[in-house]
Amino acid sequence: MTTQTAPPEAPAKQQRRKLDENTLRNLGLVGVLVLLIVVGIITKPDLYSDPTWVKNNFLTILQQASAIGVVTVGMTFVIIGGGIDLSVGAIIALAGVWATTLATQSYGAGGMIFTALVVGIAVGLVNGVLISYGKLVPFIATLAMLVAARGLAAQISGKQTQVSANDTINSLASERLLGIPLLVWILGLVVAAGWVLLNRTTFGRRTVAVGGNPEAARLAGINVKRHTMLLYALSGLCCGIGAIMLTSQATSAQAAMANLYELDAIAAAIIGGTLLSGGRGTIIGALFGVLVFSTITNLFAINNLSTEVQNMVKGAIIVAAVLIQQFRYKSLTQLFKR
Amino acid sequence: MSALSRRRILFGGAAVGAGALLTACTSNEPDNSAQVNTNTDASANPNAAAGEKVIIGFSAPAADHGWLAAITNNAKAQAAAYSDVEFKAVESGTDAAAQRAAISTLIAQKPTVLVMLPADGKELDAAGLEAMKAGIPVINLDRAFPSRAAFRLQIKGDNFGMGTAAGHYIGQQLKAKGVTNPIIGEIPGIDSLELTQERSEGFKIALAEFGFKVANRRPAEFTADSGQAAATALLQALPKMDALWNHDDDQGIGVLAAIKQTSRSEFFMVGGAGSKAAIDAITKDDSVLKATVTYSPSMASSAISLARLIGQGKGMSDLVELQVPQEITLASETITKDNAAQYAKLGF
Repeated sequence: MTTQTAPPEAPAKQQRRKLDENTLRNLGLVGVLVLLIVVGIITKPDLYSDPTWVKNNFLTILQQASAIGVVTVGMTFVIIGGGIDLSVGAIIALAGVWATTLATQSYGAGGMIFTALVVGIAVGLVNGVLISYGKLVPFIATLAMLVAARGLAAQISGKQTQVSANDTINSLASERLLGIPLLVWILGLVVAAGWVLLNRTTFGRRTVAVGGNPEAARLAGINVKRHTMLLYALSGLCCGIGAIMLTSQATSAQAAMANLYELDAIAAAIIGGTLLSGGRGTIIGALFGVLVFSTITNLFAINNLSTEVQNMVKGAIIVAAVLIQQFRYKSLTQLFKR
Repeated sequence: MSALSRRRILFGGAAVGAGALLTACTSNEPDNSAQVNTNTDASANPNAAAGEKVIIGFSAPAADHGWLAAITNNAKAQAAAYSDVEFKAVESGTDAAAQRAAISTLIAQKPTVLVMLPADGKELDAAGLEAMKAGIPVINLDRAFPSRAAFRLQIKGDNFGMGTAAGHYIGQQLKAKGVTNPIIGEIPGIDSLELTQERSEGFKIALAEFGFKVANRRPAEFTADSGQAAATALLQALPKMDALWNHDDDQGIGVLAAIKQTSRSEFFMVGGAGSKAAIDAITKDDSVLKATVTYSPSMASSAISLARLIGQGKGMSDLVELQVPQEITLASETITKDNAAQYAKLGF
């Protein structure tokens, strides 16, 4: 995908191999989605026979995937850049709580959105500075932030659930544009922006280079430290957007919100084909990863199956996805070497 | 050079400005919803008269949930209402290990009585025994110790009773409406907790008395956003529903949001715990929420009153016994529009 990290192979060949591999993987994920929906149709034919319900169901799946989807886009950038962000759930909680204090609410919807975004970026920047310039391992720095940000959120909220009294914010979750929920539009915009940023800008190419081989990237003249810092700020920004979306859905925020979002976002990115060691990954794959999880939740709900089984299936899918990728990656590279 | 520094000044200025604005945005109004027993008129209640000084040690896990926060606030407020009580609370972390350490510190300070809501009854059993051995009567709040010797008094809510109260209310309402084969949804809290299982069991048994059963059950995590997610899934799974029991009013904020977002109103909903917001909504009667079954944090206020009596060696004035009993289980009460006014001061 980039010339910086390419091993000494013909660039054109490299390009094609990567492309085929990504398309294949995304097709595989589409296959999984179709399979899940087919299982739904077989198990609940009465529900799926109503076209209005079916349309609503798909929109619900998309809407429930929207906040975590936005967070996963930021997470994908961080992982491609060779890092990890364990603090996304905590940043959402802090941004959500900060945006719904009585003082912030008195500034109206604009003030609340501004606060959530700035808090998200600021916490992301702290992560980034600690990792880039403080030379902390990303796992440790963001783990510390996970604890600290939830702590601060609990401190600010006085451990209470803060209800949003702002109608504009609350209606974001019920508003529709051209029949599609506003939150789904936001997800679409963030995914599109993420795709352009990763695939069509120098920022994206640098991200891949830094994640693939930081030393080579540094020698190629990339400011690796500054770039890494910006990646965490980007993840923080996505958390700020996610915080507003989640706050509008729940019409409230609290320190315990977005519980375990970090795990869901990492899992979705990995299923989508992002290499945990960095240097490779796609935004579209990550989106499919999120949709697979959201569709499983939906499938289990309409069949009234317990969430314990659902979590086991989720785990199995993560393992299966990574196993298949390893297998396919190897066989593909061998195929093209021949 | 000059362009660069100008840009830096701009960004720096914006950052400082945003920071200043944001720090101003952390203020919240003080919480004044604590429940204080008003039964302190000495002429009506001989126990209300100031007596021997009692030092009450208090420990509860750090709360990230309204109910637990209310427990601590109530205990504090109730203690402040007595002139003869000195209140010593310790921050007790979020897990059993941290609380064990906190309780050791408390025991060393030799309080007259120790009131404790353990993070986990089984894991803190030893801490209860340690305090009792040191001659400090322990009052166990809500989460039971397995050892009988680990507490002097246990005061708790009734999870099973909450389930039966909700089930009876829903059963009676549906029967009165003449619904024969109702579709009933349930949104419990964290499903792995014993208290959730007890609530669901009570609900199931009470519904069975009417020949009804739960059609779909989607657990949340006691938070509003998880309540919204669970309710959205449940509403999608049940295109038509007759009644819904949501175990917890805090997650109920999200449940009600999801119901509003999907514009559904063909059913009625029963809440759980008895939060101020839920009681207000029931009073106003402008949503699907028609009732809530209590699991009131007022038990913390009562625990402090009883701790004072135990410390002074007094009994409960309405009872014949000269000492406070060993176990008190609160009844789960059903709050509806008719009696909501009475409960308004107990909402948290």
